[in-house]
Amino acid sequence: MLLRRESAVTGIAHSGDRNARRVELVCPAGTLAALKAAVDAGADCVYMGLRNETNARNFAGLNFDERAAAEGLRYAHSRGAQVFLALNTYAQPAAFTRWTDALDLAARLRFDAVILADPGLMRYAAQRHPSLRLHLSVQGSATTYEAINFYVQRFNVRRAVLPRVLSLAQVESVIAHAQCEIEVFGFGSLCVMVEGRCALSSYATGEGPNTVGVCSPAKHVRWEETPAGRDVRLNGVLIDRFGAGENAGYPTLCKGRYVVGDSTYYAIEEPTSLNTLDILPELLRIGVAAIKIEGRQRSPAYVAQVTRVWRAALDACVAAPDEFVATAAWQRELAAVAEGRQTTLGAYHRPWQ
Amino acid sequence: MRLTLGPLLYHWPRAQLDAFYAAIASAAVDIVYVGEVVCARRSEYRLADWLDTAQRLTDAGKEVVVCAQALMESEADLRTLRRIAGDGRFMVEANDMGAVHVLAGHAPFVAGPHLNIYNAPTLALIASLGACRWVPPVELSRDSLAAILADIPAGVATEVFAWGRLPLAFSARCFTARHYNLQKDDCGWRCIDHPDGLPVATREALPFLVLNGIQTQSYRVHSLVESLPQLFELAVDALRVSPQSSGTCEILATIRAAIDGRCSPRDAADALAPHRLAAPCNGYFHDRPGMALVDAMTR
Repeated sequence: MLLRRESAVTGIAHSGDRNARRVELVCPAGTLAALKAAVDAGADCVYMGLRNETNARNFAGLNFDERAAAEGLRYAHSRGAQVFLALNTYAQPAAFTRWTDALDLAARLRFDAVILADPGLMRYAAQRHPSLRLHLSVQGSATTYEAINFYVQRFNVRRAVLPRVLSLAQVESVIAHAQCEIEVFGFGSLCVMVEGRCALSSYATGEGPNTVGVCSPAKHVRWEETPAGRDVRLNGVLIDRFGAGENAGYPTLCKGRYVVGDSTYYAIEEPTSLNTLDILPELLRIGVAAIKIEGRQRSPAYVAQVTRVWRAALDACVAAPDEFVATAAWQRELAAVAEGRQTTLGAYHRPWQ
Repeated sequence: MRLTLGPLLYHWPRAQLDAFYAAIASAAVDIVYVGEVVCARRSEYRLADWLDTAQRLTDAGKEVVVCAQALMESEADLRTLRRIAGDGRFMVEANDMGAVHVLAGHAPFVAGPHLNIYNAPTLALIASLGACRWVPPVELSRDSLAAILADIPAGVATEVFAWGRLPLAFSARCFTARHYNLQKDDCGWRCIDHPDGLPVATREALPFLVLNGIQTQSYRVHSLVESLPQLFELAVDALRVSPQSSGTCEILATIRAAIDGRCSPRDAADALAPHRLAAPCNGYFHDRPGMALVDAMTR
């Protein structure tokens, strides 16, 4: 707990004793209440988006206007936590200034960093706001150090968030060669596709993550009770059918059941959450600078619970990495709030490699 | 307007690859993209084979571009990228920013459809690094394309994905291996059994997607042939046809005829129908869901 309120920009993450290495816990803030919950539960950093398509969780009832953002910044800064602004969709030609306005706002309100994916926007930020700290979003799809170093050398990006597709050995290699800090996802809903490289939602609905900041948007979802079961359609396409007693989560296109050959199954991915608690010592050993919790669309209670568990786990792991064990109690708490009530190591486990 | 053949996205047996590119050497196409974009594990053609193919096509009078892989994960992937970039004989299509980083300032390159160029400032940036042609993301609408082209840097050509199953997503996970309950690193190259992808249908038997290893594509065939007048109006420089296991040369010849005005776009669409693997779609171009079919003639 002692180390976690130090400045993120001092470079401590890459120097000094291994056990003293600072690893930031980066938590989601979909609302002011969630932001406060994250900060109170021990987040080092929170990330938020504005109320428009400039961020990848452009959902009704979520996100911040300027006033709420300013209040969130005050709340977090007064308690030693940092605030990042996610501007991680691709700026659309018809409304380019909506994205640049958001960048100007981030500089004006003194966010600690902006999380960007769009290279054109990154150039704007680097030119207009050279002191604004830039992070490369997971939506930037940078999976190698060559891609990451492009952003570092062109725009002085200080941190890259890795897509959830690499094995531990690959992450280690990226960290060894990347010229900036590396942030990885620790927990939350899992994109099975490379973030920033998925047009499935826009194929079915016309709206997707890259352009509008949504995936399988609720306004296109229809639930129907039928003799065959409880059907869920996305813009008319039957993406799953649930039997009596089956637990139905939010219907995401890639996590539905389809027919391939003679089999009906989760052809792409089960409804599941990523959970890397079991390999936390390895993540620290290879030198990740920050661990990100997904879930700006989730409730303040979720944010508080997940942040509390990860704060405790991270502190325990930093204090004694060799003795670290992910406790059954932590795992129970995380599983209780996980999508589909199940978790996976994703690309960190072998069937993906 | 030039006609191009995009990279083969599927895994075909070596003999089929040989025959396909031998036919392409005399097909009605100006630019041919070769190389493995989807999966580094596929080895019917290794990089040396792709470079030999590129040379043969060049000798046959085609402009040839060698493609870099879209999703790069390992040091081996980067070594392949550097070999492609270092060969020097052929232009390279970059499909991620790592490739742009390696190519920038060294040689002109093609900015591929997976680079996420969604606006004019991004295109200006990529052009300043050496891109001489770009392929917009498949989900970009005509209106967005028009807005970008209003500010296009001098010397940059625009190539639009105009025919084929849409490459929609990449994953670390191989969905073909998953279908066969195989590990990705012991997959047995089962994707070779699905020369146009493995169809995915909804539970009411509506064909929806196809699985192609780590890539997911549309089941429907994206076709902009009937939008040719609008593509001319936008001053698009080239149209891309994506290879399929049968009829590719006929498709190229038909679209060439339509570009040259030797047949109407509607007649071309009718002539293409027997070669179309599935129902057509064109929604993205018209700012609709990608799977939608909009009557281009009434727009």
